[in-house]
Amino acid sequence: MTDAAITAHDLRKSYGDTTVLDGIDLTVPRGTIFSLLGPNGAGKTTVVKILSTLIQPGPGSGPIRVGGHDLAADPQAVRAAIGVTGQFSAVDGLITGEENMLLMADLHHLPKREGRRVAAGLLERFDLTEAARKPASTYSGGMKRRLDIAMTLVGDPRIIFLDEPTTGLDPRSRHSMWQIIRALVADGVTVFLTTQYLEEADELADRIAVLNDGTIAAEGTAEELKRLVPGGHVRLRFTDPAAYRRASAALGEVHRDDDALALQIPSGGSQRELHALLGRLDALGVEADELTVHTPDLDDVFFALTGDAVIPGQAKETAR
Amino acid sequence: MSTLSLAVRDSSTMLRRNLLHARRYPSLTLNLLLTPVMLLLLFVYVFGDTMSAGIGGGGADRSAYVAYIVPGILLMTIGSTTVGTAVSVSNDMTEGIIARFRTMAIHRGSVIVGHVVGSVIQSVASVVVVGAVGLAIGFRSTDATVLEWVAAFGLLVLFATALTWIAVGMGLVSPNAEAASNNALPLILLPLLSSAFVPLDAMPGWFRPIAEYQPFTPAIETLRGLLLGTGIGHHGWLALAWCLGLAVLGHRWSAARFDAEPK
Repeated sequence: MTDAAITAHDLRKSYGDTTVLDGIDLTVPRGTIFSLLGPNGAGKTTVVKILSTLIQPGPGSGPIRVGGHDLAADPQAVRAAIGVTGQFSAVDGLITGEENMLLMADLHHLPKREGRRVAAGLLERFDLTEAARKPASTYSGGMKRRLDIAMTLVGDPRIIFLDEPTTGLDPRSRHSMWQIIRALVADGVTVFLTTQYLEEADELADRIAVLNDGTIAAEGTAEELKRLVPGGHVRLRFTDPAAYRRASAALGEVHRDDDALALQIPSGGSQRELHALLGRLDALGVEADELTVHTPDLDDVFFALTGDAVIPGQAKETAR
Repeated sequence: MSTLSLAVRDSSTMLRRNLLHARRYPSLTLNLLLTPVMLLLLFVYVFGDTMSAGIGGGGADRSAYVAYIVPGILLMTIGSTTVGTAVSVSNDMTEGIIARFRTMAIHRGSVIVGHVVGSVIQSVASVVVVGAVGLAIGFRSTDATVLEWVAAFGLLVLFATALTWIAVGMGLVSPNAEAASNNALPLILLPLLSSAFVPLDAMPGWFRPIAEYQPFTPAIETLRGLLLGTGIGHHGWLALAWCLGLAVLGHRWSAARFDAEPK
Protein backbone atom coordinates (compact mmCIF):
# COMPACT_ATOMS: atom_id res chain seq x y z
CA MET A 1 0.00 0.00 0.00
CA THR A 2 1.57 3.25 -1.09
CA ASP A 3 0.67 6.46 0.66
CA ALA A 4 -0.56 8.05 -2.57
CA ALA A 5 -4.28 8.71 -2.78
CA ILE A 6 -4.27 9.02 -6.55
CA THR A 7 -1.77 7.80 -9.10
CA ALA A 8 -2.15 7.88 -12.85
CA HIS A 9 0.43 7.05 -15.44
CA ASP A 10 0.45 8.13 -19.07
CA LEU A 11 -3.19 9.18 -18.98
CA ARG A 12 -4.62 9.65 -22.46
CA LYS A 13 -7.95 10.62 -23.95
CA SER A 14 -9.09 11.77 -27.32
CA TYR A 15 -12.43 12.44 -28.97
CA GLY A 16 -12.19 11.61 -32.64
CA ASP A 17 -9.14 13.38 -33.98
CA THR A 18 -8.95 15.78 -31.05
CA THR A 19 -6.42 14.80 -28.42
CA VAL A 20 -7.54 16.11 -25.06
CA LEU A 21 -4.98 14.41 -22.82
CA ASP A 22 -1.66 13.47 -24.34
CA GLY A 23 -0.07 11.26 -21.70
CA ILE A 24 0.00 12.82 -18.25
CA ASP A 25 1.38 11.44 -14.97
CA LEU A 26 -0.15 12.32 -11.64
CA THR A 27 0.68 11.44 -8.04
CA VAL A 28 -1.32 12.90 -5.20
CA PRO A 29 -0.15 12.06 -1.65
CA ARG A 30 -2.81 11.36 0.97
CA GLY A 31 -4.11 14.28 2.97
CA THR A 32 -2.88 16.97 0.60
CA ILE A 33 -4.45 19.44 -1.78
CA PHE A 34 -3.36 18.90 -5.35
CA SER A 35 -4.29 21.53 -7.88
CA LEU A 36 -4.56 21.01 -11.59
CA LEU A 37 -4.18 24.47 -13.03
CA GLY A 38 -4.90 25.37 -16.60
CA PRO A 39 -6.79 27.61 -18.97
CA ASN A 40 -10.25 26.75 -20.29
CA GLY A 41 -10.13 23.75 -22.57
CA ALA A 42 -6.82 22.46 -21.23
CA GLY A 43 -8.38 19.12 -20.28
CA LYS A 44 -8.83 19.62 -16.53
CA THR A 45 -12.42 18.43 -16.46
CA THR A 46 -11.54 15.42 -18.59
CA VAL A 47 -8.95 14.38 -15.98
CA VAL A 48 -11.54 14.67 -13.20
CA LYS A 49 -14.11 12.74 -15.22
CA ILE A 50 -11.66 9.88 -15.80
CA LEU A 51 -10.39 9.74 -12.22
CA SER A 52 -13.96 9.81 -10.88
CA THR A 53 -15.04 6.90 -13.16
CA LEU A 54 -17.42 9.06 -15.17
CA ILE A 55 -15.64 8.32 -18.45
CA GLN A 56 -13.11 5.69 -19.53
CA PRO A 57 -9.44 6.54 -19.95
CA GLY A 58 -8.32 6.49 -23.57
CA PRO A 59 -6.55 3.46 -25.07
CA GLY A 60 -2.86 3.29 -24.22
CA SER A 61 -3.31 4.88 -20.80
CA GLY A 62 -1.30 3.40 -17.95
CA PRO A 63 -2.80 2.02 -14.74
CA ILE A 64 -4.81 4.36 -12.52
CA ARG A 65 -5.21 3.87 -8.78
CA VAL A 66 -7.60 5.91 -6.67
CA GLY A 67 -7.94 5.36 -2.94
CA GLY A 68 -5.89 2.17 -3.21
CA HIS A 69 -8.19 0.63 -5.83
CA ASP A 70 -7.50 -0.11 -9.46
CA LEU A 71 -9.86 2.10 -11.43
CA ALA A 72 -10.30 -0.28 -14.34
CA ALA A 73 -10.72 -3.43 -12.25
CA ASP A 74 -12.92 -2.12 -9.46
CA PRO A 75 -14.63 1.17 -10.36
CA GLN A 76 -17.31 0.57 -7.73
CA ALA A 77 -14.68 0.51 -4.94
CA VAL A 78 -13.22 3.74 -6.31
CA ARG A 79 -16.71 5.29 -6.29
CA ALA A 80 -17.14 4.29 -2.66
CA ALA A 81 -13.92 6.09 -1.74
CA ILE A 82 -14.47 9.37 -3.56
CA GLY A 83 -16.76 12.37 -3.58
CA VAL A 84 -17.16 14.58 -6.62
CA THR A 85 -18.31 18.15 -6.94
CA GLY A 86 -18.44 18.94 -10.62
CA GLN A 87 -18.18 22.19 -12.45
CA PHE A 88 -21.91 22.40 -12.95
CA SER A 89 -23.86 22.07 -9.79
CA ALA A 90 -24.82 18.49 -9.11
CA VAL A 91 -27.87 19.26 -7.01
CA ASP A 92 -31.47 18.35 -7.75
CA GLY A 93 -33.06 21.76 -8.28
CA LEU A 94 -36.64 20.44 -8.08
CA ILE A 95 -36.40 19.37 -4.45
CA THR A 96 -35.30 21.20 -1.33
CA GLY A 97 -31.78 21.41 0.04
CA GLU A 98 -32.74 19.12 2.90
CA GLU A 99 -34.32 16.57 0.55
CA ASN A 100 -31.14 16.64 -1.53
CA MET A 101 -29.13 15.82 1.60
CA LEU A 102 -31.49 13.03 2.66
CA LEU A 103 -31.35 11.62 -0.87
CA MET A 104 -27.57 11.36 -0.51
CA ALA A 105 -27.94 9.77 2.94
CA ASP A 106 -30.29 7.15 1.48
CA LEU A 107 -27.93 6.43 -1.40
CA HIS A 108 -25.10 5.96 1.08
CA HIS A 109 -27.38 3.52 2.92
CA LEU A 110 -27.22 5.39 6.20
CA PRO A 111 -29.87 4.39 8.72
CA LYS A 112 -32.78 6.88 8.76
CA ARG A 113 -31.86 8.52 12.05
CA GLU A 114 -28.17 8.83 11.25
CA GLY A 115 -29.01 10.18 7.80
CA ARG A 116 -31.09 12.95 9.36
CA ARG A 117 -28.34 13.75 11.84
CA VAL A 118 -25.61 13.91 9.18
CA ALA A 119 -27.80 15.98 6.85
CA ALA A 120 -28.72 18.47 9.57
CA GLY A 121 -25.09 18.72 10.71
CA LEU A 122 -23.77 19.45 7.22
CA LEU A 123 -26.54 21.93 6.45
CA GLU A 124 -25.62 23.73 9.65
CA ARG A 125 -21.89 23.60 8.87
CA PHE A 126 -22.43 25.11 5.43
CA ASP A 127 -24.82 27.76 6.67
CA LEU A 128 -27.81 26.34 4.81
CA THR A 129 -30.13 25.52 7.71
CA GLU A 130 -32.32 28.53 7.02
CA ALA A 131 -32.75 27.67 3.34
CA ALA A 132 -33.03 23.92 3.94
CA ARG A 133 -36.76 23.77 3.20
CA LYS A 134 -36.59 25.79 -0.01
CA PRO A 135 -36.20 24.27 -3.48
CA ALA A 136 -32.52 24.17 -4.44
CA SER A 137 -33.32 25.90 -7.75
CA THR A 138 -34.00 29.10 -5.79
CA TYR A 139 -30.50 29.12 -4.22
CA SER A 140 -27.82 31.64 -5.18
CA GLY A 141 -24.68 30.43 -6.95
CA GLY A 142 -22.69 30.34 -3.73
CA MET A 143 -25.44 28.48 -1.84
CA LYS A 144 -25.78 25.91 -4.61
CA ARG A 145 -22.05 25.29 -4.54
CA ARG A 146 -22.13 24.90 -0.74
CA LEU A 147 -25.04 22.48 -0.98
CA ASP A 148 -23.14 20.63 -3.68
CA ILE A 149 -20.12 20.16 -1.40
CA ALA A 150 -22.33 19.30 1.56
CA MET A 151 -23.92 16.54 -0.54
CA THR A 152 -20.48 15.29 -1.52
CA LEU A 153 -19.52 15.03 2.15
CA VAL A 154 -22.50 12.91 3.22
CA GLY A 155 -20.66 9.66 2.57
CA ASP A 156 -17.54 10.94 4.38
CA PRO A 157 -15.29 10.40 1.33
CA ARG A 158 -11.53 10.31 1.90
CA ILE A 159 -10.77 11.70 -1.56
CA ILE A 160 -12.67 14.66 -2.94
CA PHE A 161 -12.60 15.98 -6.49
CA LEU A 162 -13.50 19.63 -6.83
CA ASP A 163 -13.79 20.73 -10.44
CA GLU A 164 -13.49 24.52 -10.57
CA PRO A 165 -15.32 24.96 -7.28
CA THR A 166 -15.18 28.76 -7.31
CA THR A 167 -15.77 29.56 -10.98
CA GLY A 168 -18.56 32.09 -11.21
CA LEU A 169 -18.66 32.85 -7.50
CA ASP A 170 -18.42 36.35 -6.06
CA PRO A 171 -15.31 37.17 -3.98
CA ARG A 172 -17.01 36.58 -0.63
CA SER A 173 -18.36 33.18 -1.66
CA ARG A 174 -14.97 32.32 -3.09
CA HIS A 175 -13.25 33.02 0.20
CA SER A 176 -15.80 31.01 2.13
CA MET A 177 -15.23 28.14 -0.33
CA TRP A 178 -11.50 28.36 0.34
CA GLN A 179 -12.10 28.08 4.06
CA ILE A 180 -14.27 25.04 3.46
CA ILE A 181 -11.55 23.39 1.38
CA ARG A 182 -8.88 24.09 4.00
CA ALA A 183 -11.11 22.60 6.67
CA LEU A 184 -11.53 19.42 4.61
CA VAL A 185 -7.81 18.83 4.48
CA ALA A 186 -7.51 19.52 8.18
CA ASP A 187 -9.74 16.44 8.57
CA GLY A 188 -7.22 14.36 6.61
CA VAL A 189 -9.12 14.35 3.35
CA THR A 190 -7.25 14.39 0.03
CA VAL A 191 -8.46 17.12 -2.30
CA PHE A 192 -7.98 17.09 -6.06
CA LEU A 193 -8.79 20.60 -7.18
CA THR A 194 -8.96 22.04 -10.65
CA THR A 195 -8.91 25.76 -11.15
CA GLN A 196 -8.16 28.40 -13.72
CA TYR A 197 -7.32 30.88 -10.98
CA LEU A 198 -3.63 31.10 -10.17
CA GLU A 199 -4.37 32.83 -6.92
CA GLU A 200 -6.55 29.93 -5.85
CA ALA A 201 -3.91 27.31 -6.54
CA ASP A 202 -1.33 29.48 -4.74
CA GLU A 203 -3.66 29.90 -1.71
CA LEU A 204 -4.70 26.30 -1.32
CA ALA A 205 -2.55 23.74 -3.03
CA ASP A 206 0.37 21.77 -1.62
CA ARG A 207 1.33 20.81 -5.12
CA ILE A 208 0.36 22.32 -8.43
CA ALA A 209 0.47 20.84 -11.91
CA VAL A 210 0.07 23.21 -14.83
CA LEU A 211 -1.96 21.53 -17.56
CA ASN A 212 -1.71 23.00 -21.01
CA ASP A 213 -2.75 21.45 -24.31
CA GLY A 214 -3.20 18.03 -22.77
CA THR A 215 0.23 17.78 -21.16
CA ILE A 216 1.66 18.77 -17.80
CA ALA A 217 3.79 21.83 -18.52
CA ALA A 218 5.25 21.95 -15.00
CA GLU A 219 4.65 20.48 -11.58
CA GLY A 220 5.78 21.38 -8.09
CA THR A 221 4.96 23.51 -5.08
CA ALA A 222 3.97 27.10 -5.73
CA GLU A 223 7.47 28.19 -4.62
CA GLU A 224 9.18 25.71 -6.93
CA LEU A 225 7.12 26.87 -9.86
CA LYS A 226 7.84 30.49 -9.16
CA ARG A 227 11.57 29.78 -9.25
CA LEU A 228 11.17 28.48 -12.80
CA VAL A 229 10.76 31.91 -14.28
CA PRO A 230 12.51 35.21 -13.84
CA GLY A 231 10.16 38.12 -13.34
CA GLY A 232 11.12 39.69 -10.02
CA HIS A 233 11.53 43.42 -9.90
CA VAL A 234 11.81 46.39 -7.57
CA ARG A 235 9.30 49.15 -8.01
CA LEU A 236 10.16 52.70 -7.06
CA ARG A 237 7.49 55.37 -6.89
CA PHE A 238 8.11 59.08 -6.76
CA THR A 239 5.98 62.13 -6.05
CA ASP A 240 8.51 64.65 -7.34
CA PRO A 241 8.61 64.57 -11.19
CA ALA A 242 12.12 65.98 -11.21
CA ALA A 243 13.43 63.20 -8.96
CA TYR A 244 11.58 60.66 -11.12
CA ARG A 245 13.27 61.94 -14.31
CA ARG A 246 16.71 62.00 -12.74
CA ALA A 247 16.41 58.48 -11.35
CA SER A 248 15.03 57.24 -14.64
CA ALA A 249 17.91 58.74 -16.61
CA ALA A 250 20.56 57.45 -14.21
CA LEU A 251 19.23 53.87 -13.88
CA GLY A 252 19.03 53.30 -17.61
CA GLU A 253 17.43 49.92 -18.47
CA VAL A 254 14.18 50.23 -16.54
CA HIS A 255 10.47 50.04 -17.26
CA ARG A 256 8.90 53.50 -16.89
CA ASP A 257 5.39 54.32 -15.86
CA ASP A 258 5.20 58.06 -16.49
CA ASP A 259 1.63 58.44 -15.24
CA ALA A 260 2.34 56.94 -11.86
CA LEU A 261 5.90 58.28 -11.70
CA ALA A 262 7.06 54.74 -11.04
CA LEU A 263 10.06 52.74 -12.20
CA GLN A 264 10.40 48.96 -12.40
CA ILE A 265 13.94 47.65 -12.09
CA PRO A 266 14.54 43.95 -12.80
CA SER A 267 15.88 42.35 -9.63
CA GLY A 268 15.92 39.06 -7.83
CA GLY A 269 15.12 40.93 -4.61
CA SER A 270 18.22 39.79 -2.71
CA GLN A 271 19.77 41.97 -0.02
CA ARG A 272 22.88 42.58 -2.12
CA GLU A 273 20.90 43.73 -5.16
CA LEU A 274 18.70 46.02 -3.05
CA HIS A 275 21.77 47.45 -1.35
CA ALA A 276 23.36 48.27 -4.70
CA LEU A 277 20.22 49.95 -5.96
CA LEU A 278 19.78 52.04 -2.84
CA GLY A 279 23.46 53.03 -3.05
CA ARG A 280 22.96 54.37 -6.57
CA LEU A 281 19.89 56.34 -5.52
CA ASP A 282 21.81 57.80 -2.57
CA ALA A 283 24.67 58.77 -4.86
CA LEU A 284 22.20 60.59 -7.12
CA GLY A 285 20.71 62.29 -4.12
CA VAL A 286 17.13 61.27 -5.00
CA GLU A 287 14.70 59.73 -2.64
CA ALA A 288 11.90 57.40 -3.72
CA ASP A 289 8.65 57.79 -1.82
CA GLU A 290 7.83 54.12 -1.99
CA LEU A 291 9.86 50.98 -2.63
CA THR A 292 8.32 47.56 -3.16
CA VAL A 293 9.94 44.25 -4.00
CA HIS A 294 7.99 41.93 -6.31
CA THR A 295 8.93 38.27 -6.44
CA PRO A 296 7.60 36.36 -9.45
CA ASP A 297 4.10 35.08 -8.85
CA LEU A 298 2.20 32.22 -10.44
CA ASP A 299 0.88 34.59 -13.08
CA ASP A 300 4.39 34.90 -14.43
CA VAL A 301 4.89 31.15 -14.31
CA PHE A 302 1.56 30.45 -15.89
CA PHE A 303 1.97 32.80 -18.80
CA ALA A 304 5.53 31.71 -19.37
CA LEU A 305 4.53 28.04 -19.40
CA THR A 306 1.35 28.31 -21.42
CA GLY A 307 3.13 30.36 -24.04
CA ASP A 308 1.17 33.58 -23.67
CA ALA A 309 3.23 36.74 -23.74
CA VAL A 310 3.63 38.39 -20.35
CA ILE A 311 2.29 41.88 -20.42
CA PRO A 312 3.64 43.55 -17.28
CA GLY A 313 0.98 44.85 -15.02
CA GLN A 314 -1.79 43.23 -17.03
CA ALA A 315 -1.15 39.62 -16.23
CA LYS A 316 -2.76 40.08 -12.84
CA GLU A 317 -5.94 41.61 -14.22
CA THR A 318 -6.43 38.74 -16.67
CA ALA A 319 -6.16 36.30 -13.85
CA ARG A 320 -8.83 37.98 -11.74
CA MET B 1 -25.12 -5.94 0.78
CA SER B 2 -26.07 -8.29 -2.05
CA THR B 3 -26.47 -6.92 -5.55
CA LEU B 4 -30.20 -7.55 -5.53
CA SER B 5 -30.91 -5.84 -2.23
CA LEU B 6 -28.66 -2.95 -3.27
CA ALA B 7 -30.65 -2.69 -6.50
CA VAL B 8 -33.97 -2.73 -4.68
CA ARG B 9 -32.85 -0.23 -2.07
CA ASP B 10 -31.32 2.26 -4.51
CA SER B 11 -34.18 1.91 -6.96
CA SER B 12 -36.71 2.67 -4.27
CA THR B 13 -34.68 5.72 -3.24
CA MET B 14 -34.73 6.89 -6.86
CA LEU B 15 -38.45 6.11 -7.04
CA ARG B 16 -39.06 8.32 -4.00
CA ARG B 17 -37.13 11.10 -5.72
CA ASN B 18 -39.25 10.82 -8.87
CA LEU B 19 -42.52 10.69 -6.96
CA LEU B 20 -41.39 13.76 -5.04
CA HIS B 21 -40.83 15.54 -8.37
CA ALA B 22 -44.26 14.47 -9.61
CA ARG B 23 -45.95 15.60 -6.39
CA ARG B 24 -44.08 18.92 -6.31
CA TYR B 25 -44.77 19.68 -9.98
CA PRO B 26 -48.07 18.00 -10.89
CA SER B 27 -48.80 20.36 -13.79
CA LEU B 28 -47.08 18.17 -16.41
CA THR B 29 -49.04 15.07 -15.39
CA LEU B 30 -52.29 17.02 -15.20
CA ASN B 31 -51.75 18.62 -18.60
CA LEU B 32 -51.23 15.22 -20.13
CA LEU B 33 -54.54 14.07 -18.62
CA LEU B 34 -56.40 16.82 -20.44
CA THR B 35 -56.09 15.29 -23.92
CA PRO B 36 -57.76 11.93 -23.21
CA VAL B 37 -60.46 13.50 -21.03
CA MET B 38 -61.27 16.12 -23.66
CA LEU B 39 -61.37 13.56 -26.44
CA LEU B 40 -63.64 11.38 -24.35
CA LEU B 41 -66.09 14.21 -23.71
CA LEU B 42 -65.86 15.46 -27.31
CA PHE B 43 -66.58 12.10 -28.87
CA VAL B 44 -69.37 11.25 -26.46
CA TYR B 45 -71.20 14.56 -26.16
CA VAL B 46 -70.48 16.21 -29.51
CA PHE B 47 -70.03 13.36 -31.98
CA GLY B 48 -71.71 10.74 -29.80
CA ASP B 49 -75.04 10.39 -31.62
CA THR B 50 -73.44 9.96 -35.03
CA MET B 51 -70.76 7.66 -33.71
CA SER B 52 -73.31 5.46 -31.92
CA ALA B 53 -75.38 5.13 -35.06
CA GLY B 54 -72.17 4.43 -37.01
CA ILE B 55 -71.00 1.52 -34.89
CA GLY B 56 -74.41 -0.04 -35.20
CA GLY B 57 -75.08 0.37 -31.50
CA GLY B 58 -78.81 0.22 -32.13
CA GLY B 59 -80.01 3.70 -33.04
CA ALA B 60 -78.89 6.96 -31.58
CA ASP B 61 -78.09 5.66 -28.11
CA ARG B 62 -75.06 7.38 -26.74
CA SER B 63 -74.41 4.81 -23.99
CA ALA B 64 -73.37 2.20 -26.55
CA TYR B 65 -70.68 4.53 -27.78
CA VAL B 66 -69.56 5.38 -24.22
CA ALA B 67 -68.99 1.68 -23.67
CA TYR B 68 -67.12 1.41 -26.95
CA ILE B 69 -64.81 4.37 -26.49
CA VAL B 70 -63.76 4.15 -22.80
CA PRO B 71 -61.32 1.20 -23.14
CA GLY B 72 -59.55 3.00 -25.99
CA ILE B 73 -59.39 6.22 -24.02
CA LEU B 74 -57.87 4.39 -21.03
CA LEU B 75 -55.01 3.06 -23.15
CA MET B 76 -54.64 6.43 -24.79
CA THR B 77 -54.22 7.89 -21.30
CA ILE B 78 -51.24 5.60 -20.79
CA GLY B 79 -49.80 6.75 -24.12
CA SER B 80 -50.01 10.41 -23.23
CA THR B 81 -48.76 9.94 -19.65
CA THR B 82 -45.63 8.26 -20.99
CA VAL B 83 -44.93 11.31 -23.16
CA GLY B 84 -44.40 13.01 -19.81
CA THR B 85 -41.94 10.25 -18.92
CA ALA B 86 -39.86 10.94 -22.03
CA VAL B 87 -39.83 14.66 -21.21
CA SER B 88 -38.88 14.23 -17.57
CA VAL B 89 -36.18 11.64 -18.30
CA SER B 90 -34.64 13.94 -20.90
CA ASN B 91 -34.84 16.87 -18.48
CA ASP B 92 -33.31 14.81 -15.73
CA MET B 93 -30.36 13.71 -17.86
CA THR B 94 -29.32 17.32 -18.40
CA GLU B 95 -29.08 17.83 -14.62
CA GLY B 96 -25.70 17.70 -12.94
CA ILE B 97 -27.07 15.34 -10.31
CA ILE B 98 -27.09 12.47 -12.82
CA ALA B 99 -23.31 12.84 -13.17
CA ARG B 100 -23.12 12.71 -9.39
CA PHE B 101 -25.14 9.48 -9.31
CA ARG B 102 -22.74 7.98 -11.85
CA THR B 103 -19.77 8.64 -9.56
CA MET B 104 -21.46 7.08 -6.52
CA ALA B 105 -21.25 3.46 -5.45
CA ILE B 106 -24.93 2.83 -6.12
CA HIS B 107 -26.74 0.31 -8.27
CA ARG B 108 -26.23 1.67 -11.77
CA GLY B 109 -29.64 0.90 -13.16
CA SER B 110 -31.48 2.39 -10.20
CA VAL B 111 -31.81 5.84 -11.80
CA ILE B 112 -33.72 4.37 -14.75
CA VAL B 113 -35.69 1.84 -12.73
CA GLY B 114 -36.81 4.68 -10.45
CA HIS B 115 -38.12 6.54 -13.48
CA VAL B 116 -39.89 3.48 -14.86
CA VAL B 117 -41.64 2.47 -11.65
CA GLY B 118 -42.57 6.10 -10.91
CA SER B 119 -43.98 6.53 -14.37
CA VAL B 120 -46.00 3.31 -14.23
CA ILE B 121 -47.50 4.47 -10.93
CA GLN B 122 -48.38 7.80 -12.53
CA SER B 123 -49.93 6.02 -15.52
CA VAL B 124 -52.08 3.87 -13.28
CA ALA B 125 -53.15 6.93 -11.28
CA SER B 126 -54.06 8.71 -14.53
CA VAL B 127 -56.01 5.68 -15.75
CA VAL B 128 -57.96 5.71 -12.47
CA VAL B 129 -58.81 9.40 -12.90
CA VAL B 130 -59.90 9.01 -16.53
CA GLY B 131 -61.74 5.79 -15.65
CA ALA B 132 -63.64 7.72 -13.00
CA VAL B 133 -64.67 10.28 -15.62
CA GLY B 134 -65.80 7.37 -17.80
CA LEU B 135 -67.90 5.95 -14.95
CA ALA B 136 -69.34 9.40 -14.29
CA ILE B 137 -70.60 9.71 -17.88
CA GLY B 138 -72.18 6.30 -17.82
CA PHE B 139 -69.59 3.62 -18.62
CA ARG B 140 -70.51 0.24 -17.11
CA SER B 141 -68.87 -3.11 -17.63
CA THR B 142 -71.00 -5.94 -18.98
CA ASP B 143 -70.94 -8.84 -16.53
CA ALA B 144 -67.17 -8.70 -16.01
CA THR B 145 -66.03 -11.17 -13.35
CA VAL B 146 -63.49 -10.33 -10.66
CA LEU B 147 -60.94 -12.32 -12.60
CA GLU B 148 -61.65 -10.27 -15.72
CA TRP B 149 -61.27 -7.04 -13.76
CA VAL B 150 -57.93 -8.26 -12.39
CA ALA B 151 -56.83 -9.27 -15.88
CA ALA B 152 -57.90 -5.85 -17.21
CA PHE B 153 -55.89 -4.12 -14.50
CA GLY B 154 -52.91 -6.37 -15.23
CA LEU B 155 -53.14 -5.53 -18.93
CA LEU B 156 -53.14 -1.81 -18.17
CA VAL B 157 -50.09 -2.13 -15.90
CA LEU B 158 -48.25 -4.29 -18.42
CA PHE B 159 -49.05 -1.91 -21.26
CA ALA B 160 -47.95 1.06 -19.15
CA THR B 161 -44.67 -0.71 -18.32
CA ALA B 162 -43.99 -1.47 -21.99
CA LEU B 163 -44.68 2.07 -23.20
CA THR B 164 -42.73 3.53 -20.28
CA TRP B 165 -39.56 1.62 -21.17
CA ILE B 166 -39.87 2.87 -24.74
CA ALA B 167 -40.51 6.42 -23.51
CA VAL B 168 -37.44 6.24 -21.24
CA GLY B 169 -35.34 5.30 -24.28
CA MET B 170 -36.87 8.21 -26.20
CA GLY B 171 -36.05 10.52 -23.31
CA LEU B 172 -32.45 9.28 -23.14
CA VAL B 173 -31.77 9.93 -26.83
CA SER B 174 -33.36 13.40 -26.73
CA PRO B 175 -30.99 16.27 -25.99
CA ASN B 176 -33.74 18.43 -24.44
CA ALA B 177 -37.39 18.47 -23.40
CA GLU B 178 -38.67 19.79 -26.76
CA ALA B 179 -36.92 17.02 -28.66
CA ALA B 180 -38.26 14.47 -26.18
CA SER B 181 -41.84 15.57 -26.64
CA ASN B 182 -41.40 15.46 -30.43
CA ASN B 183 -39.80 12.03 -30.33
CA ALA B 184 -42.63 10.75 -28.15
CA LEU B 185 -45.31 11.92 -30.57
CA PRO B 186 -46.07 8.36 -31.82
CA LEU B 187 -47.32 7.56 -28.31
CA ILE B 188 -50.09 10.13 -28.83
CA LEU B 189 -50.69 9.51 -32.55
CA LEU B 190 -50.90 5.70 -32.50
CA PRO B 191 -54.14 5.52 -30.47
CA LEU B 192 -55.78 7.87 -33.00
CA LEU B 193 -54.90 5.32 -35.70
CA SER B 194 -56.33 2.41 -33.71
CA SER B 195 -59.73 0.94 -33.02
CA ALA B 196 -60.15 3.36 -30.10
CA PHE B 197 -62.80 5.51 -31.78
CA VAL B 198 -64.01 3.48 -34.75
CA PRO B 199 -64.16 -0.31 -35.22
CA LEU B 200 -61.64 -1.85 -37.58
CA ASP B 201 -64.26 -3.00 -40.07
CA ALA B 202 -65.45 0.59 -40.50
CA MET B 203 -62.00 1.56 -41.83
CA PRO B 204 -60.92 1.48 -45.49
CA GLY B 205 -59.43 -1.86 -46.44
CA TRP B 206 -55.89 -0.62 -47.13
CA PHE B 207 -55.70 1.00 -43.71
CA ARG B 208 -57.11 -1.87 -41.70
CA PRO B 209 -53.89 -3.92 -41.33
CA ILE B 210 -52.02 -0.82 -40.14
CA ALA B 211 -54.61 -0.21 -37.46
CA GLU B 212 -55.02 -3.85 -36.56
CA TYR B 213 -51.40 -4.81 -35.94
CA GLN B 214 -50.05 -1.72 -34.19
CA PRO B 215 -49.67 -2.07 -30.41
CA PHE B 216 -52.75 -0.12 -29.33
CA THR B 217 -55.49 -1.98 -31.19
CA PRO B 218 -54.81 -5.45 -29.75
CA ALA B 219 -54.59 -3.97 -26.25
CA ILE B 220 -57.83 -2.01 -26.75
CA GLU B 221 -59.67 -5.02 -28.15
CA THR B 222 -58.43 -7.20 -25.28
CA LEU B 223 -59.57 -4.63 -22.70
CA ARG B 224 -62.98 -4.40 -24.43
CA GLY B 225 -63.26 -8.14 -24.39
CA LEU B 226 -62.47 -8.33 -20.68
CA LEU B 227 -64.80 -5.51 -19.61
CA LEU B 228 -67.59 -5.74 -22.19
CA GLY B 229 -67.58 -9.39 -23.11
CA THR B 230 -66.81 -8.80 -26.79
CA GLY B 231 -64.66 -11.35 -28.59
CA ILE B 232 -60.93 -11.15 -27.85
CA GLY B 233 -59.68 -13.68 -30.37
CA HIS B 234 -56.10 -13.34 -31.46
CA HIS B 235 -55.92 -9.83 -29.97
CA GLY B 236 -55.06 -11.21 -26.54
CA TRP B 237 -51.88 -12.91 -27.67
CA LEU B 238 -51.00 -10.05 -29.91
CA ALA B 239 -51.37 -7.57 -27.04
CA LEU B 240 -49.23 -9.72 -24.76
CA ALA B 241 -46.56 -10.10 -27.44
CA TRP B 242 -46.48 -6.37 -28.10
CA CYS B 243 -46.21 -5.56 -24.39
CA LEU B 244 -43.39 -8.01 -23.74
CA GLY B 245 -41.62 -7.10 -26.98
CA LEU B 246 -41.75 -3.37 -26.35
CA ALA B 247 -40.73 -3.77 -22.71
CA VAL B 248 -37.66 -5.86 -23.59
CA LEU B 249 -36.73 -3.62 -26.50
CA GLY B 250 -37.17 -0.46 -24.44
CA HIS B 251 -35.19 -1.94 -21.56
CA ARG B 252 -32.25 -2.93 -23.79
CA TRP B 253 -32.32 0.41 -25.57
CA SER B 254 -32.47 2.44 -22.35
CA ALA B 255 -29.74 0.43 -20.65
CA ALA B 256 -27.43 0.82 -23.65
CA ARG B 257 -28.06 4.55 -23.86
CA PHE B 258 -27.58 5.10 -20.13
CA ASP B 259 -24.33 3.13 -20.13
CA ALA B 260 -23.00 5.04 -23.12
CA GLU B 261 -20.23 7.41 -22.15
CA PRO B 262 -21.61 10.85 -21.29
CA LYS B 263 -20.20 13.69 -23.34
